[in-house]
Amino acid sequence: MIINLEVEDRNGETQTVELPTEVNLNLMEALKASGYNILATCGGMALCATCHVQVLRGLDQLPAAQNEELDMLDTLPDAGFDSRLACQLKVNESLDGIKVKIRGDEH
Amino acid sequence: MIKTDICIIGAGPVGLFTVFEAGLLKMRCHLIDALPQIGGQLSEIYPQKPIYDIPGYPEIKAQELVDNLMDQIKPFDPTFTLGERVEDLEQQADGSYIVKTSDGTQVHCQVVAIAGGLGCFEPRKPEIEGLEDFEGKGVAYMVKNPETYRDKKVILAGGGDSALDWTIYLADIAEKVTLIHRGDTFRGAPDSAEKVFDLAKEGKINLILQSNISSISGNGHLKNVSVLGKDKESRDLEADYLIPLFGLSPKLGPIANWGLNIDKNAIEVNTFDYSTNVERIYAIGDINTYPGKLKLILCGFHEAALMCQSAFKYVYPDQKLSFKYTTVYGVNSF
Repeated sequence: MIINLEVEDRNGETQTVELPTEVNLNLMEALKASGYNILATCGGMALCATCHVQVLRGLDQLPAAQNEELDMLDTLPDAGFDSRLACQLKVNESLDGIKVKIRGDEH
Repeated sequence: MIKTDICIIGAGPVGLFTVFEAGLLKMRCHLIDALPQIGGQLSEIYPQKPIYDIPGYPEIKAQELVDNLMDQIKPFDPTFTLGERVEDLEQQADGSYIVKTSDGTQVHCQVVAIAGGLGCFEPRKPEIEGLEDFEGKGVAYMVKNPETYRDKKVILAGGGDSALDWTIYLADIAEKVTLIHRGDTFRGAPDSAEKVFDLAKEGKINLILQSNISSISGNGHLKNVSVLGKDKESRDLEADYLIPLFGLSPKLGPIANWGLNIDKNAIEVNTFDYSTNVERIYAIGDINTYPGKLKLILCGFHEAALMCQSAFKYVYPDQKLSFKYTTVYGVNSF
């Protein structure tokens, strides 16, 4: 299936992004593939926190963060209760309709 | 001044393997890395994670690969400068280079190999106005010498392992330790978290949760730190030192200023020999880019081998390079 989510970049510009769920990507990979500038130092192991996103809408519909993700978020100066690591969110129906703001380091 | 044939910037897996390929051609190497230990990302970010795409190893832990590379290059006696960032490359009249670091170390070499991965790992800085003005004047992003903080008022900020560990350590040294954390729990090492809560209960440290630093001030040296709680309550704390500990993030850093062609924070190279647009400067591994580039350790190893073949002409301008197999000739140490 195709899901839609709204993505706000670092400049505050918002666009709707369409993503297929069959490709087995995580949100960090999907955002990179959609042209967003995300450093993703560790490549998706929840070990660097550079794919930090703020979930502006739909936080409750996401699967709960695991300890290693929460642990990594704890190291960030600007993380809030609505922060997630995009690499830990699988692109599936749980992301349909959410809105995220990109917060992590650029490269 | 340190003298070598190839100065390698970056002591990650690709930088380390370059020593081997250079050694086979009788070229000596000196490595410089901004991190205090060798191994680059492998040691800094994911030492215990398995890697599955190193030829010949169905599975190997990242740190194990680094250790094996160190064994492999031992015959070629590489030298290291760790914990220093390369600031400048200065070309000499004869074409050779002097590489200069942040701490004043100088390395004279014929060839520079940039194997800098994603750049230098630098401390992540919280967004606090004027923070950088107090760097070295009360604000530090790592604890270099704990004795600096003896009998001082120290504020730490952060919720990760290093924030917890240093809070515990400095509790015995400093006059007063305050830890400020955005959340109300610590999910890092549970033992350290428990210890921090115990110290707070005993009144040995001041623990401020669900709060962020809103501003800092001082007159030439840090004096005050203002903290804003989630409940919008603001408080002012006296401080001699502020140590924000929010992990490390890679930055390209001074590499951007060396006249190299750069595309999206990567150095453009010629895939013939991974040379840059500047003669005698090569770029290999994750830091370079070319059509079809894949950021894989194994690709970096390949790039290192080809680069060394090309670098030979600068180190031994009068000699003809003859390619030899290790199986036939073995590995002849220096």
